[in-house]
Amino acid sequence: MNSSFPLFPDSASTHAGHVDSLFIIWSLISIFFTVLIAGLIVYFMARYRRTHPEEVGTNDEMALWLEIAWSAIPLAIALIMFVWGTRVFFDLYRPPANAVEYTAIGRQWMWKIQHPEGQREINTLHVPVGQAIKMKLASEDVIHSFYIPAFRVKQDAIPGRYTSIWFQATKPGVYHLFCAEYCGAEHSKMIGSIIVMEPRDYENWLAGGAAGKSMVASGADLFQSLACVTCHRAGETGRLARGPALEGVYGGQVKLADGRTVTADDNYVRESILNPTAKVVAGWEPVMPTFQGQVSEEQLSQLIAYVRSLGSTAGTTAAATPAAAGAAANAAPQSGAANSPGTPR
Amino acid sequence: MNTTATVPVTTTAETAFKRPNYLNAAYGVRSWLLTRDHKRIAILYLISVTAFFALGSLFALLIRLELLTPEGDLFQPDTYNRLFTMHGVVMVFFFLIPAIPAVLGNFLVPLMIGAKDLALPKLNLASWYVYNIGGIFTLWAIVHGGVDTGWTFYTPFSTHYSNTYVISTALGIFITGFSSIFTALNFIVTIHRMRAPGLTWFRLPLFIWSTYATSLIIVLGTPVIAITILLVAAERVFHLGIFDPTLGGDPVLFQHLFWFYSHPAVYIMILPAMGVESELIAAFARKKVVGYKVVAFASVAIAVLGFLVWGHHMFVAGESIYAATIFSVLSMLVAIPSAVKVFNWTATLYRGSISYQTPMLYALGFIGLFTLGGLTGVMVATLGFDVHVHDTYFIVAHFHYIMVGGTIMGYLGGLHYWWPKISGKLYPVFLSKIAALLVFVGFNLTFFPQFILGYLGMPRRYWSYPPEFQVLNVLSTAGASILGLGYILPLCYFIWSMRYGQDSGDNPWGAVGLEWDTTSPPPTENFYTMPVVTHGPYEYNREEVHNRMSQEGTIG
Amino acid sequence: MASEPLAPHGPSHGHAAHHPELAHQFDSMDQQKESSTLAMWVFLVTEIMFFGVLFLAYTLYRTQYPEAFLLASNSLNVLMGGINTAVLIGSSLTMVLAIWAAQVNWRKGIVIFLLATMALGTTFLVIKGFEYRDKFVEHHVPGPTFHFEVEHPSPHLQAIAARDPQLEKHASIYFSLYFIMTGIHALHMIIGLGILAVLAVLSWKGKYDSEYHNPLEMTGLYWHFVDIIWIFLFPLLYLLGAHAR
Repeated sequence: MNSSFPLFPDSASTHAGHVDSLFIIWSLISIFFTVLIAGLIVYFMARYRRTHPEEVGTNDEMALWLEIAWSAIPLAIALIMFVWGTRVFFDLYRPPANAVEYTAIGRQWMWKIQHPEGQREINTLHVPVGQAIKMKLASEDVIHSFYIPAFRVKQDAIPGRYTSIWFQATKPGVYHLFCAEYCGAEHSKMIGSIIVMEPRDYENWLAGGAAGKSMVASGADLFQSLACVTCHRAGETGRLARGPALEGVYGGQVKLADGRTVTADDNYVRESILNPTAKVVAGWEPVMPTFQGQVSEEQLSQLIAYVRSLGSTAGTTAAATPAAAGAAANAAPQSGAANSPGTPR
Repeated sequence: MNTTATVPVTTTAETAFKRPNYLNAAYGVRSWLLTRDHKRIAILYLISVTAFFALGSLFALLIRLELLTPEGDLFQPDTYNRLFTMHGVVMVFFFLIPAIPAVLGNFLVPLMIGAKDLALPKLNLASWYVYNIGGIFTLWAIVHGGVDTGWTFYTPFSTHYSNTYVISTALGIFITGFSSIFTALNFIVTIHRMRAPGLTWFRLPLFIWSTYATSLIIVLGTPVIAITILLVAAERVFHLGIFDPTLGGDPVLFQHLFWFYSHPAVYIMILPAMGVESELIAAFARKKVVGYKVVAFASVAIAVLGFLVWGHHMFVAGESIYAATIFSVLSMLVAIPSAVKVFNWTATLYRGSISYQTPMLYALGFIGLFTLGGLTGVMVATLGFDVHVHDTYFIVAHFHYIMVGGTIMGYLGGLHYWWPKISGKLYPVFLSKIAALLVFVGFNLTFFPQFILGYLGMPRRYWSYPPEFQVLNVLSTAGASILGLGYILPLCYFIWSMRYGQDSGDNPWGAVGLEWDTTSPPPTENFYTMPVVTHGPYEYNREEVHNRMSQEGTIG
Repeated sequence: MASEPLAPHGPSHGHAAHHPELAHQFDSMDQQKESSTLAMWVFLVTEIMFFGVLFLAYTLYRTQYPEAFLLASNSLNVLMGGINTAVLIGSSLTMVLAIWAAQVNWRKGIVIFLLATMALGTTFLVIKGFEYRDKFVEHHVPGPTFHFEVEHPSPHLQAIAARDPQLEKHASIYFSLYFIMTGIHALHMIIGLGILAVLAVLSWKGKYDSEYHNPLEMTGLYWHFVDIIWIFLFPLLYLLGAHAR
């Protein structure tokens, strides 16, 4: 289809197909009846054209069965379509049990959206493919309407109460988000994008999307959210579980399990994240999973920035408590710590 | 090709205008502004309504010009919002609702039932003044910068957020509502109490049935919008809390009350057009309307069921899904009487004597457009489907098919049919057929692309839009200019015909009906001898009908 | 209504001398009277729809905020409301007596009873005005200065008030409805008084008698309707919380 002049909208949710089927069947019914009526009119016009000025029509009544037929058939069609349409509609208001709840607050003239993870967006919504999402809607001022044509869903956001709708995206891509209820001057600018991503991209986006923070702070967040912290930092026990502490590492020399020594620079840290078993630090088991594909380039940069911040002055900052514990652990790595190589998260 | 009909008519220009009629009964402004003659009041309404139609059309033109390009480059968004609001307000409240009842209804109801006038002539004149006072309030708001709430006045936007002339417009609508009520009340009383001897209910023309059904809706529905719109104004002035969510009020209650009137209002617009349609089909197929009683009761059924479907405007407004289900199935039911009417009109053509005169072209166009408008109406009553197209251009296209394709086609068809009755003159035949064709083609080009736009997801009331919608919008604007030309032509040749048109004779179409039993234009008292009715409305197979046609001649 | 074989517009044209009040479009006084009666009833139907919206809104919010409605209702002056109810019922009586006076051709009586009706109607409005003034003084008029708290708070009323944390806001909805409903009712009274004044003058001139007094009957229908509206407003607005006083 020509993207500059589309005649049919994108279909990008589990719900869209149902609406399209309704639409197509209804269109066929409409075309049938319109063509039937128009055809009859044209035929009668030609067939019973007035031939002289004083001619009159034949005075006949239609048979009763015909009157009944053309009442009953449209009624039957309408009722069948009613039942079908109602099923599609009910489905829209009964989210599956595993649906994740997002919130969208309408105000003049923007959508403020919050993810369950706490991520906030304005006029943009990132969602993963295949995940049922329940949108909880509210408004701060007038009535708005949350409308995603590609998903065939729409729901008004009403001040003073919550409404909701759910959808499950099926196709990655960028789709329109519209406000469909007239809400004042900038109504037509209360638009945005729905960005549907593969789940893994979505995770990455979530992890890296903390807008407005410094690289280090973002990296610190990632260090937490990617659960690096569970292995690379001592817990309450003061002991490291499965991996070396990273304080004071950056910039220095690292002794590897295979006897080599490498410099802990950007590339080394990057490789350790993406391909952990390539260069295992001496004294530790190769239990770290790869984060290849889970962290974006941008996030990698942030993580490296964070690691750099931990050891940029080569140990002088290692006086902090965790670093001290880490130093102790470094000195005497307990092989017993690797009793259960768990999953990273 | 001839531009005027050339078939000879029995009355010459001299005799026609020496004969006293309602137009030459008295001269001067006073004789018009203080008249109690329903026919003159109809003319007054014709002038007012045409003026408002021209104003509403101008707004429509400006809207379509803005939408030529995706960017909002012609107007500021504020201006655009005012344009579509005022287009809606003017067209709905000042044109579509009064057009057929107040112009054609006023002129024809007493003539069709063999009465000398409406039951309450003073009230009738008062209704025209009330209409214009309401119009002045609205025009005042327009001149001072307009109103930007949309014609639907949804709260809390209209009560707390809009800073335009909501109160003046609301009062205008409130006042104009009374003119509708006065007219409808007059029709109900007249139809009940003023029928000619022998004119039983089932001998009434179908236009009277539909006018009666319309009047019932107006009487029951209009007070509801009147008080609702008054509450909106009061909430702005006195800070009441009835629709204010911050005080615990319910903004959706407004929508319920608004649509309780405004959905039936759609039937106020279309039912009279259906009545006109029945008259046109019968007259130009020279045949009894098939299933007369079915068509008559269908009008009443539409009026009654029309009051039970308002909730279908609120499927996505947080309405309970069970309420939505009931409103959906009732909306399906209200479509059936309309469908039955369409089938009956079509069947009436069967073995008729079909003339291709201009009014018939409008009548046949009406059936086609109304069919599509009605079918898309049932589509949007389907719950799952409506969620997607609600508040998109699909809805815009749907209701324009009903209101423009239905009501205006009916109104223009009726004007062309009864113009000889109103003015005693003929209009140029060829030109009027061209105009009918332009209206039909222009209309479809304007509004059919909007169905596609709507399904693509373009929301209504958008001042700017994503660029992929441009091609269809350009088509729509092109259609609108053709449509506009189609409207200007009748305006010109109707005015032209009043002075230069050929005399029509009393019954140029060879039609039956009490209104054609008197002279054209009729005398002030309507009939020289008060009629006594002995048969149904569309009896063409009678000796006297044939004799009259051969004596007086007919143009078609 | 559809049963009559001949419509009322009968061929009676001609016999029975024309009454001077017979309008040109009618054939007989009966037809004229039936028409105006039907017109008035249809008009009253529109009035019912008009007030119906307000009663609907009242019912809705009363169900939603029963505590606020109960407590706000108790702030109204039942005595004044009660007197007004009696006054209005009395005015309906005098209205009927005016029509009776016309039927028995007692022309002076028409004027007397119309003036009595007007006096009672005016009394109602004056008392209503005092009530409005009280509400204004108590800051019970919705808007920026609105303030509401429970008067004479007994433990029982305190307990009711405690059930609605947004009592003041919801009470403001009650008073919005109170002022709109009684205000529009009062407007109808004022319009009615205007019509009565015109009728009184015309009666004074001797325009109405036993043969023709249509306008009196039509105005009577209207006046009774306005009365009936008040009969509904009084318990709904004033007596709503009487059990919890």
